[in-house]
Amino acid sequence: MTVGSGAAVGPAPFDAAASPDTAGAGWRRLLRLKWGVGGAALFLVIVLSAVFAPWIAPHDPLLVDIRHRMAPPAWMEGGAREHILGTDQIGRDLLSRVIWGGRVSLLVGVSAVLLSSTIGVLFGLAAGYFGAEVDWSIMTLINVMLTFPFVLLALAVIAVLGPSLPNMIVVLGVTGWPLYARVIRAETLALREREFVLAARALGMSHARIVFRQILPNLVSPIVVIATLQIAQVIILESFLSFLGLGVQPPTPAWGNKLGEGRVYMLNSWWIAAFPGLAIFVTTLVINLLGNGLRDWLDPHMKL
Amino acid sequence: MRRYLVRQLVQLAVVVVGISILAFSILHIIGDPVTLLLPQNAGKEEYARYKHLMGLDKPVWVQYWKFASGAVQGDFGRSWYGNAPAFRLVVDRMPPTIYLTLAGLGVALLIALPLGILAALKRHSFVDTLCTLLAVAGQAMPIFWLGIMLIIIFAVRLRLLPASGYGTWQNFVMPAFCLGAFLAPITMRLVRSGLIEVMNMEFIKTARAKGVAERVVVVKHAFRNACIPVVTVLGLQFGQLLGGAFITETVFAWPGVATLTVDAIRNQDFPVVQCAVVLLALIIVSVNLIVDVIVGLIDPRIRAGA
Repeated sequence: MTVGSGAAVGPAPFDAAASPDTAGAGWRRLLRLKWGVGGAALFLVIVLSAVFAPWIAPHDPLLVDIRHRMAPPAWMEGGAREHILGTDQIGRDLLSRVIWGGRVSLLVGVSAVLLSSTIGVLFGLAAGYFGAEVDWSIMTLINVMLTFPFVLLALAVIAVLGPSLPNMIVVLGVTGWPLYARVIRAETLALREREFVLAARALGMSHARIVFRQILPNLVSPIVVIATLQIAQVIILESFLSFLGLGVQPPTPAWGNKLGEGRVYMLNSWWIAAFPGLAIFVTTLVINLLGNGLRDWLDPHMKL
Repeated sequence: MRRYLVRQLVQLAVVVVGISILAFSILHIIGDPVTLLLPQNAGKEEYARYKHLMGLDKPVWVQYWKFASGAVQGDFGRSWYGNAPAFRLVVDRMPPTIYLTLAGLGVALLIALPLGILAALKRHSFVDTLCTLLAVAGQAMPIFWLGIMLIIIFAVRLRLLPASGYGTWQNFVMPAFCLGAFLAPITMRLVRSGLIEVMNMEFIKTARAKGVAERVVVVKHAFRNACIPVVTVLGLQFGQLLGGAFITETVFAWPGVATLTVDAIRNQDFPVVQCAVVLLALIIVSVNLIVDVIVGLIDPRIRAGA
């Protein structure tokens, strides 16, 4: 509160320029956010269809229909009407597998992001708030992790641990934190010198209380934006691991492993690879739109 | 300049040691090489004998020292599968990866430079909107899917290009495009925002006031200055570029380090994995250092600020 009024006392050309037509400006901003809103709506559809997969999917994703093996999509010649997107090499319904596959990707994406954001925010706060040696060690660790291709690191660890769903969440979660830590550290460094933190310190608050009660609430916007955008990246990485056969193992339906299987049959049946990949693309696109919209809405000046 | 160089070199050393610890612990702390090497029905004595034979009963830091001192001399042990030193195997596969990376970088610049400049000069125009859309779509694109779609269209349907393989220029077209599409969105954004920032600066106004032709202002004055952030970020993104090359290689069966590493991971051939990890990290860190030094030479402000 004190900070806000303090800023208003000084010359504030930006505030003055923005204030006259607040309602109009709000509408214009909302219009510019239409991509973000559209992204959010589509993302909701994808999430709901994954959650309610057992009721929405037209077939059991594991049900083998031997009469219709590698059936093309329904609109093509030779397509079966009951399999809209066609079937795979042993006659499982592709649409059902794509709908069910969303569960794995979203589960991995959200859990890995929760894990990495928690680690990253804690490290970032510690580095920014305590400075000196703590900062130096954490920044060195961040530099080591950021120089290295994420893909290779995840692959190597999965190779030792063995491919499974929990292992993948842990690996993607533990390798993803430096991004958060770097941003949060920079923001904390700036916040640390602000009046309200100095005041809190003068009042004798404990470090933990200053960090979590005074500083952290100011960092919610960047955390939310990075986390949203990271869900898309994690989904791509998870699909790539599954695509290589080092992630979610068949017969569990996942977009990545279906794409990997589809590659084998791409000479005759392009749809087995095409649709799961399309699902990945649409999902990550929608999440990116949502993330960009969130950034513009929360803070147009955010540098991410 | 000297202090700047020393600081960069110290950082490089720290990062290299960090990566080697990471590569070492992947196998020795998370996994257990003896169980990986011995058949499943091996007895307890057999296990202990091998553990002693491989020096794995010694303290961890002694083992790390042995690994690190070997690695410095290019000795990462022999491959558990192919009967050759891991170092040789990895180095032999390096050239295709480097060619692919360079080709991908070239394609990315071919796409990103013209579009980025156009978008910056005609802000909020149709071109700008198109570029933003392309950038957002490009960032969401899983390039392994893009690669497979390219193969299905251009190799399977149209029969214009080979689906995989290495050697002729036709083999380069799809992988290079794939990798270029991976890198182009971020490059385009950087070019656009860098150019916009520079175009608002005082010296551009001065140049215009002097009556310099707009074309010359853009090319000679603005673009050169806008290149600095582009080069820096691209240099720092080199690791991501290699990561993209990694993914591309596995799609097109490109005979580079990535396919070797993925095969080694499938076979649990850890000397090769460790060697590839350490060598790739070394390349990435060196490129970062070179870029840092070049940028520091061009722009004294960065030297002081870093």
